[in-house]
Amino acid sequence: MLSELPLLSLVIWFPVLGGVAVLFVGDENPGRAKALALTVAILSLLISIPLYTSFDPTTAAMQFQEFIPWIPTFNVNYHLGVDGFSMPLILLTTFMTVLVVIAGWEVVKYRIAQYMAAFLIMQGFMIGVFAAMDAILFYVFFEAMLIPMFLIIGIWGGPRRVYATIKFFLYTFLGSVFMLIALIYMYNQAGGFEILDFHKLPLSLTEQVLIFFAFVVGFAVKVPMWPVHTWLPDAHVEAPTGGSVILAAITLKIGGYGFLRFALPITPDAASMLDWLIITMSLIAVIYIGLVALVQQDMKKLIAYSSIAHMGFVTLGFFIVFSIYRHTGSLSGAVMGVEGGMVQMVSHGFISGALFLCVGVLYDRVHSRQIKDYGGVANTMPIFAAFMVLFGMANAGLPGTSGFIGEFLVILSSFKASFWIAFLAAISLILGAAYTLWLIKRVIFGDIGNSHVAELQDVSRREILMLSLLAAAVLLLGVWPDPLTSVMHVSVDNLLQHVTVSKL
Amino acid sequence: MQNVYLGIVLAPLFGAIIAGLFGRKIGRAGAHWVTIIGVAISFLLSLVVLRHHVWNGAEPYNASVYTWMVIEGIRLEVGFLVDNLTAIMISTVTFVSLMVHIYTIGYMHDDDGYQRFFSYIALFTFAMLMLVMSNNFLQLFFGWEGVGVVSYLLIGFWYKRESAIFASLKAFLVNRVGDFGFLLGIAAVLMAFNSLDYADVFAAAPLMADMTIQIIPGFDWSLITVTCILLFIGAMGKSAQVPLHVWLPDSMEGPTPISALIHAATMVTAGIFMVARMSPLFELSETALSFVLVIGSLTALFMGFLGIIQNDIKRVIAYSTLSQLGYMVVALGVSAYSAAIFHLMTHAFFKALLFLGAGSVIIAMHHEQDIRKMGGLWKHMPITWFTFLLGTLALIGMPGFAGFYSKDSIIEAVHYSHIAGSGFAYLSVVLGVFVTSFYSFRLYFIVFHGKERMDHHTKEHLHETPAVVTVPLILLAIPSVVIGAMTIEPMLFSETFKESILVSSAHNVLEHVQEEFHGAFNFALHGLIGLPFILVLIGFFSTFYLYMVRPDLPGLIQQKWAWLYGFMVRKYGFDEFYQSVFMRGGQNLGTALWKYGDAGLIDGLMVNGTARLVGWFAAITRHVQTGYLYTYAFAMIVGLLILLTWFVTR
Repeated sequence: MLSELPLLSLVIWFPVLGGVAVLFVGDENPGRAKALALTVAILSLLISIPLYTSFDPTTAAMQFQEFIPWIPTFNVNYHLGVDGFSMPLILLTTFMTVLVVIAGWEVVKYRIAQYMAAFLIMQGFMIGVFAAMDAILFYVFFEAMLIPMFLIIGIWGGPRRVYATIKFFLYTFLGSVFMLIALIYMYNQAGGFEILDFHKLPLSLTEQVLIFFAFVVGFAVKVPMWPVHTWLPDAHVEAPTGGSVILAAITLKIGGYGFLRFALPITPDAASMLDWLIITMSLIAVIYIGLVALVQQDMKKLIAYSSIAHMGFVTLGFFIVFSIYRHTGSLSGAVMGVEGGMVQMVSHGFISGALFLCVGVLYDRVHSRQIKDYGGVANTMPIFAAFMVLFGMANAGLPGTSGFIGEFLVILSSFKASFWIAFLAAISLILGAAYTLWLIKRVIFGDIGNSHVAELQDVSRREILMLSLLAAAVLLLGVWPDPLTSVMHVSVDNLLQHVTVSKL
Repeated sequence: MQNVYLGIVLAPLFGAIIAGLFGRKIGRAGAHWVTIIGVAISFLLSLVVLRHHVWNGAEPYNASVYTWMVIEGIRLEVGFLVDNLTAIMISTVTFVSLMVHIYTIGYMHDDDGYQRFFSYIALFTFAMLMLVMSNNFLQLFFGWEGVGVVSYLLIGFWYKRESAIFASLKAFLVNRVGDFGFLLGIAAVLMAFNSLDYADVFAAAPLMADMTIQIIPGFDWSLITVTCILLFIGAMGKSAQVPLHVWLPDSMEGPTPISALIHAATMVTAGIFMVARMSPLFELSETALSFVLVIGSLTALFMGFLGIIQNDIKRVIAYSTLSQLGYMVVALGVSAYSAAIFHLMTHAFFKALLFLGAGSVIIAMHHEQDIRKMGGLWKHMPITWFTFLLGTLALIGMPGFAGFYSKDSIIEAVHYSHIAGSGFAYLSVVLGVFVTSFYSFRLYFIVFHGKERMDHHTKEHLHETPAVVTVPLILLAIPSVVIGAMTIEPMLFSETFKESILVSSAHNVLEHVQEEFHGAFNFALHGLIGLPFILVLIGFFSTFYLYMVRPDLPGLIQQKWAWLYGFMVRKYGFDEFYQSVFMRGGQNLGTALWKYGDAGLIDGLMVNGTARLVGWFAAITRHVQTGYLYTYAFAMIVGLLILLTWFVTR
């Protein structure tokens, strides 16, 4: 019975419609609007669970497919489907949205219904991005997603929110325009917008290189990769807590997902030829950004930079494949790279989301994000301190937490390609610990820094709930990652077979 | 037996979770009971395992508990390898841990973080047991980092103290530098063997002896050597070897029970254990062994020197720990792995005893740690005094005491070794005996004898510490005296470690030591006329003269040799170097990259620059669009003229 339901459409449109319903309830009834939003978010999570339980991990084919012609003139279809890459990211999205709704419960003081609605609608669009099998459908969701985020930062954001939103919007828009050109070019070749048809499209090296660059510009901005990352710290600093959580936990993942879904399989030869570029950019992200994170004075900026450094592992893992193949003549080790990147994406969703929530908890009380305004928080908020230390350790890649797995697999994998790539990547072990634990030292530990800290109240039940859910996710995944990795094995194998066959 | 093994690791974990999450509900007594019972169960089960494996000679147990993940057909698992080496390690760890748990009741009696402390030390025990019981590199790394985190939390336990939280951060980061090497070593293992399981790796190791890797293009290096050195860098972090030793003295900021448990008896020996466990790999690379040997010798000797000039009771013992860890590493370097494990075990007992004894003194002195303010304590606290004396005798290697057997075996083993660096190592360990004797007796005399230099108030309240403190001291003093004589034969000269430790016949120095060995009693008797004992006596008499007979002399020497004293007070300048190069260097680099790279180049020039360029261009073109009719008419006429000119002149 489950398989007959249009499950993917449900997980996309249920939250969108739910969000519209919340809008209709309106800001005049904040209690009812919040209750409805929470119900919608939880139901969306529940609806998305069969995607995991009924998922067939033995096939790389798209599952839960839906196909409806949309614009027949241009052969554009409403085509949905998921594989081992997109399914975990959809679950991550539904899970994080529940947390964001809980996080905004008492904190957002004005236009609460609109706030909740924006996140629910955003959730549907983001799932649409992951589920779309048609390039135009993908593009529509990809762009539509910007609107709620634009509003979230623009309405509920901090003092420099206008600069941040425009920067965020222009940056990502610039990237996606190039992508659109590439998609239209391929439509002319393939006669349709099916992404899987693009995978099989024969392309000359020049075409591939141009298309590859179009994708890199589009997705590198989203990830974000150095040097197109500077929108992220600004956006995070100005965004409300929930916005930062979704931005870090989900929207960044769309960039990584784009590399897997588009850049690698469509332009394998260009990717192989230019992998050094992506690897270099990834390593710069790990080290340069790690150093920059070290000296940040603003907690949100620090975590934003830390996000960029961690996402460096994602792109490194995805693009190390070719180097391994060239170096050893086999693909042994390449699966580790790609799966490491994938696990890193999911794990980073939990950890960075958790850290932004932690900063939010502090900000709600003290109304400052500056590290120097804190100190000795553990004295007045011991429970909160325990959570923050746990998430900090996870951010530093401690074994037993989810933060370890991705970095571990990517480093193991890149050692097969080159000692020096692994060496440089492994520096994050030191840098990651340095910036995270130094932050914790200055904020959490020490004697009570000032009168604000002295008056702090420890986390409420609501805050404990949201932080515990994330703590459980971080620890469970760290102790037992098999349930996550086993669903993507076949998809990864399929991808690797695809990218190592030249299109020329 | 699997349930027994599981019970050993899970009992302390259970205690830690209960005490950690429900500490407020179960109260102080609840917290110490639940963790002590957990660790006690673990200890008793360890004894069962010890009997099962060492006495009854059971086959090693090697099986997985659950699969962490499967990737490319490589099973990454959580599992146990239990053989005689493991059995001895877990018995030592759980015994010392239990003693420290009981002692903590007394030591932390008035502390607000009582439950938290018990939760941490039980969690530490769990992580340490996972480390030593692991059957694969992944879980080893899990335990490795796990003990590191608990160590971080415990050094910074008194989180209000700036010095404590600085020390904890420093400890974690220095360890991370070691782990950086360690992780690369694990990656090298995976590349070479396509497995992270000990059994697979060790079985295939001899086939890999000739594999090479080019790290610098054009230079072929042995893959095994590179792997071993990378793994050993991890051990250098955890076991505090030069130049990654800097965190251990600072770790004394933590409460004394954990200095005993973590920073003396167990965690810091993880590196020693790891190398012993990896003996099938290290035996294939004499280069790696020489590297190990030289690092160990440097640590053994030069860290011992620093113990002489310390005035904090805990820091003296901390430098002693560094030096003794150096001895163990030296033993590893000359392939006397079982001697290293033997010294690890005896050291665990007597060093835990010394630390707990120091803690007892600190309690009595109302948390004063400066030995210059002590003196003559022996008559006020007889149990502490006597057990401390026994610990000191064990540490300096008094023939018959535990430390003598293990240390002398190491010295003998180095004597027979011929690998590169063994000459220097021999000099270091022999001279180190004198240094050990010197700093140990100096501490002993200053604290327990001589003039009573404490203030009047402290002196009035001086008394022996309660039973929860003294009973663990007595229980640790017993093995500190007898364990060496009892176990030297099975540990070093029998087949106990046949299954666990592999020594190639070319490196088998203990075989030569065995030829000279005729029972524990004769060994001790022979020790009485050996060179090391003479050095011990020189150390004893010179300290007796300097600190009992002529207490004014040390000050004069210090003045005369001020430059040397200054150099040693600055700990050879390691800390200053690291702080200026890595800490400040990293921050300056980060600031520069941020200001000039991100804010200047990318945002300033490229992003906002583009925006400004567009704005500038628009500002210019805007002048054309004035909105006045005559401007447009003028433009039209000019245009018309140009067109006409063009037509005419064409």
